[in-house]
Amino acid sequence: MSSPLRITNSSPRPNWVSTRNPCKACAPLGAALVMRGIAGALPFLHGSQGCATYMRRYLISHFREPMDIATSGFSEASTIFGGGENLRQGLDNVTSQYHPALIGIATTCLTETIGEDMHGLLHEYRTKSSSGTENPVLVHVSTPSYSGTHVDGFHGAVRAVVEQLAEAGAAPSAYFGKAVNLFPGLVSAEDLRFLKQVAADFGLPITLFPDYSETLDGESMEKYHKIPDGGTTIAALRATASAKASIEFGRTLRAKPTAASFLQERFAVPAKRIGLPIGVHESDVFFAAMEKLAGCKTPEKYRQQRGRLVDAYVDGHKYLFGKRAIVFGDEDMVVGLASFLAETGVVPVLCASGGKSGALASSIAEVTTHLRDPLSIRDGVDFMTMSEEVACKQLKPDFVIGSSKGAKLARELGVPLIRVGFPIHDRIGGQRILHLGYRGAQQLFDLVVNTLLELKQNSSSIGYSYL
Amino acid sequence: MADILRERERQIYRKGQQQPFQLDCEKQSAAGSVSQRACVFCGSRVVLYPIVDALHIVHGPIGCASYTWDIRGALSSGPELHRLSFSTDMQELDVVRGGEKKLHAALCELIDAHHPKAAFVYATCIVGVIGDDVDAVCKRVSLEKGIPVLSVHSEGFKGTKKDGYRAACDALLNLVGTAPIDDISPLSINILGDFNLAGETWMIRDYYKRMGVQVVSCITGDGRIDDIRRAHGAALNVVQCSGSMTYLAKSMKEKYGIPFIRVSYFGVEDMSKSLYDVARHLKDKEMLARTQAMVREELERVMPVIAEYRKALEGKRAAIYVGGAFKAFSLVSALRLLGMTTVMVGSQTGNSEDYEQLRELCDEGTIIADDSNPLELSSFLEEKDVDVFIGGVKERPIAYKLGIGFCDHNHERKEALAGFEGMLNFAREVYSSVMSPVWQLTPRKRGKSLEVVK
Repeated sequence: MSSPLRITNSSPRPNWVSTRNPCKACAPLGAALVMRGIAGALPFLHGSQGCATYMRRYLISHFREPMDIATSGFSEASTIFGGGENLRQGLDNVTSQYHPALIGIATTCLTETIGEDMHGLLHEYRTKSSSGTENPVLVHVSTPSYSGTHVDGFHGAVRAVVEQLAEAGAAPSAYFGKAVNLFPGLVSAEDLRFLKQVAADFGLPITLFPDYSETLDGESMEKYHKIPDGGTTIAALRATASAKASIEFGRTLRAKPTAASFLQERFAVPAKRIGLPIGVHESDVFFAAMEKLAGCKTPEKYRQQRGRLVDAYVDGHKYLFGKRAIVFGDEDMVVGLASFLAETGVVPVLCASGGKSGALASSIAEVTTHLRDPLSIRDGVDFMTMSEEVACKQLKPDFVIGSSKGAKLARELGVPLIRVGFPIHDRIGGQRILHLGYRGAQQLFDLVVNTLLELKQNSSSIGYSYL
Repeated sequence: MADILRERERQIYRKGQQQPFQLDCEKQSAAGSVSQRACVFCGSRVVLYPIVDALHIVHGPIGCASYTWDIRGALSSGPELHRLSFSTDMQELDVVRGGEKKLHAALCELIDAHHPKAAFVYATCIVGVIGDDVDAVCKRVSLEKGIPVLSVHSEGFKGTKKDGYRAACDALLNLVGTAPIDDISPLSINILGDFNLAGETWMIRDYYKRMGVQVVSCITGDGRIDDIRRAHGAALNVVQCSGSMTYLAKSMKEKYGIPFIRVSYFGVEDMSKSLYDVARHLKDKEMLARTQAMVREELERVMPVIAEYRKALEGKRAAIYVGGAFKAFSLVSALRLLGMTTVMVGSQTGNSEDYEQLRELCDEGTIIADDSNPLELSSFLEEKDVDVFIGGVKERPIAYKLGIGFCDHNHERKEALAGFEGMLNFAREVYSSVMSPVWQLTPRKRGKSLEVVK
């Protein structure tokens, strides 16, 4: 930690045993989202029927797109005798209905607790069904819901898929050693499209994984597509082993084994880990990494976007300086937002997450070195704890920024909630919010400034025509 | 046509094309079929959720609590404790060592902080596997804190959503009969199976008030623990959501001798019939006259407006996929009142009598489906060229992806659809779904004629 004195991680009262208004979902949800980002794939949960249905509902309410998740649908008998038969039948049925290229299987708390041997069950299934004409690729990830959050399930699934698919020599020769793997973490569909555009503008072939930019933000259809178009192809995933390098976003990943660290250890693909490119500083780091890999300068259009963003920061700085924000959500999103807010003059007085990587405080310290104000950083917390922290430390926030799950907190505090990240269940277009790069920061900046201006205008007896 | 799974072929019926009528139902969903159903926990949670002055705590890992936080539009006229999400958020060590201690501590701290009238503890999947004695913990906390603490055995894998309804009713049965009933009128009822979505229970209560009926308890819309404890004092149980509440009504009949009738508050016909049935059952002549006057007054108000909507909606085609089949009957009639034809209808949890009744109600050619899935539903929408699909959140994107109108008739809805006023809201919503100009831009409506104008 670069400046330990200004960062506090102490709790306002003895910790609560219960979780009250959670700031997290469970691990299999993150895994299902990743599986939806593979071309021709269907996510599959090994567990009770309800898990798949609840997660579908949670994801549908954010993306407003079909989100089919199959399940082995455990019964009492499968819980006692093992779910092998349900798994087999479920995989057969998914194959005959959806004709998927890949089935991405995640476990649940139930199957982890009864100790299902997924390797064994899937090996047996593959052996038995090898004579069939249609054999989807099967990948699986262990996602016990009693461990970590949806973000851990997300990263775990990215790693598991790469571990199971990456193959030395699988890349076509034109691609070999030239492409870059990009593992962006849990970002919006718009962010994914942005990353693909940047790579194209740099002339750098990339494998972006996962890529749900089309599968979860698709076009209106004349005919229903059983599995939506788009996604990272299986061939590209196999070729990740022969990439020139991997970039992964996420300062809080630290020592965690990831897809990039696996490819580095196993196939000597150099891994570069940077923060989510939110705001000028973190985007600069990203573009510098891209320049190095592409061996060329950042295209003019991004240089202009950066210049325009800095110009906007100048235009709006007075409205933001010294404003106090509560930032919450997935850890790396919180780090990125804290970096962005701090560079515009806003003090992120409370940075909180339901995740508990252990690296939230140190990561925020890294990106807010110029801040003098004290920050409260809380990981592994829920919304009621945040609320108590605000009251206890008299944090007096001007606004709250994070997912729609903070709506209740913002309402209690009587301040606006600026909705970013995941999930956004009470507004349309969460999948189309651009957070990344200079243009993403531009949109966030305009949104933050205008939210505060609107508040100022509405709460003034004069109204003001010019602000 | 969809690839219909062999296991599911007998769960789909086309009226007029198959004789004799046969539809398999009340089966465990086929593995891998992507059922729209949830689990036992879901059944319990949705039924008990609207009890606003109770503490609801989910015992298990965090997911089940996260996915059900503030999930229903069940309104309260007072406390809002039901809109908070509480969980023991079990971690790996809790799974290894057992979660009883954590549950005890969580219950105690939450009861001290929120002073609920009672607490419901939902046991989720792994609680059943690791063998926590949830009943014992509840009993102990109940003694320590002096409020009812009720375990709800809702492990997800132990059956279907319907078993969850039953677990919820079992918990409620522990409350009923535990408070004095001296001041209850003989002209009194319990409202069972209305959940006060968008304030619907309030509308229904108001009708009963105008009729001169005392409502002892609402189970569970805007529900209060003290009312439920007195529910055994009512003269009649009026059951709407029959799938979830018939078990409770039957149990109360056995234990307290309270008769019950089934009603529906959706659509003007079913709404009127329900009120008349209650008045007739309570055998009060003046009440019947008051009810007739009220129904006449309401109909005079809403029918001319409905006639206007009908002009635009006549001949349009609707599809329905809902949780409980009871709702489907009323929807078919309500749509008919709007001049619309139901070309497909299905439910997650209907039984054979429900489907027989649906078959009688529907026109020739109508598809009836039990426990359907997205691939079947999308193929039905395409085949029948549907104008509006009525369902819940999980059905919405199927319709929208195909450029088809959609109305939410599930627990997330924000518009009251029950009662006479609700029929107007329903008509307005169907109208605004069907008549929107956006469909003209969708590929499905414009089809292959979509070419850039040169």
